[in-house]
Amino acid sequence: METLKPILAAHPFFQDLEPRYLQLIAGCASNVRFEAGQFIFHEGEEANHFYLIRHGRVALEIVTSERGSITIQTLGEGDVLGWSWLFPPYRWHFDARATTLTRAIALDGKCLRTKCEDDHDLGYELVKRFAHVIMQRLQATRLQLLDVYGARP
Amino acid sequence: MAPDRNTLPVVTSVADPMLPRPYGIQRVRRETRDAFTIALTPIGGGDSFSFAPGQFTMLYVLGVGEVPISISGDPAQPQTLVHTIRAVGTVTRTLSQLKRGDVVGVRGPFGSYWPVEEAQGNDVVIVAGGIGLAPLRPVLFHLLAHRNSYGRIILLYGARTPQDLLYVGELEHWRGRFDLEVEVTVDHATEVWRGHVGVVTTFIAKAPFDPFSTIAMICGPEVMMRFTVLELQKHGVQAENIFVSMERNTKCAIGFCGHC
Repeated sequence: METLKPILAAHPFFQDLEPRYLQLIAGCASNVRFEAGQFIFHEGEEANHFYLIRHGRVALEIVTSERGSITIQTLGEGDVLGWSWLFPPYRWHFDARATTLTRAIALDGKCLRTKCEDDHDLGYELVKRFAHVIMQRLQATRLQLLDVYGARP
Repeated sequence: MAPDRNTLPVVTSVADPMLPRPYGIQRVRRETRDAFTIALTPIGGGDSFSFAPGQFTMLYVLGVGEVPISISGDPAQPQTLVHTIRAVGTVTRTLSQLKRGDVVGVRGPFGSYWPVEEAQGNDVVIVAGGIGLAPLRPVLFHLLAHRNSYGRIILLYGARTPQDLLYVGELEHWRGRFDLEVEVTVDHATEVWRGHVGVVTTFIAKAPFDPFSTIAMICGPEVMMRFTVLELQKHGVQAENIFVSMERNTKCAIGFCGHC
């Protein structure tokens, strides 16, 4: 039977991951597709998945009373969407909406958490990869917060 | 980072660098809430001057003052001098109120220039932030006019909001070309914006350039340029192939007043 293992292996997030781990992770993976405008998840909902975006674009949004819905970041091909599945209380902090037709691999967070508890080496590998993504996003967010274009060129 | 640009040969000379020449405003185009583009031609006809991509002029508003402004027009069409200006000070705010037919003084061109000749045969990555696209626009005109002399050409442009993007029509045109990669992002947007949101540096990891054969040219706020340089280096571009535009403390433009 064909699995999603080759697709996972080709995604930048899982680059150079050991095949035995890919095999384990593939057991928690499924193909998903979102139409333009479709919400992938909403703030406050239980975070049971994360997504490897294969094609398309996803906007992370937050609704404010003053300015309505604001897009804080967009993600595209090769990006990872969501890490709230990894940390209690496993709730999404933002809305995620596909702005174009988006194809992704969904990874079942509960399934992966169980496998990580059983195999801490796998858990460490995943946490390292997510820590790298979180670090990049934090740096980008800091730069965004500086509002460098606001004061002077 | 970049080699000392002062050692590069001067491409244009100025007859009298202290004497402003009168230029008439031919067109004014509003770009954003606080940025506008003016096209100037010499009063009474006659020749304008040639310039290299990246050079600037001193624009003088009678009775108000003088400011250094990068030339943002096509270097192959020097008869019309084009500047995109952000109205942030006394002189630039006055410039923003001028109309077709009004006269300004022009000195120049001054300053160093982007290494478009040295970049031949290489991929070229242009990273612009905010009004920083203006000094890089002549580079794009030059590269596209000599398209076969370069490898991949990539423009990565970031602005504060969709309303702060310069040259929207040209960006759309450039995005439609098969021989030019254009990525545009903004830091803040509402849900109606269908483009990218995020800092411009995030494009670098995905941009399809060969780091061993790439010349990068960057212009924007200093913080943005610093992070861009770090990201380019992280992806293999050598420091000597990264060029930035540092625009600080220009007063007389010829090293005479000592302000710089």
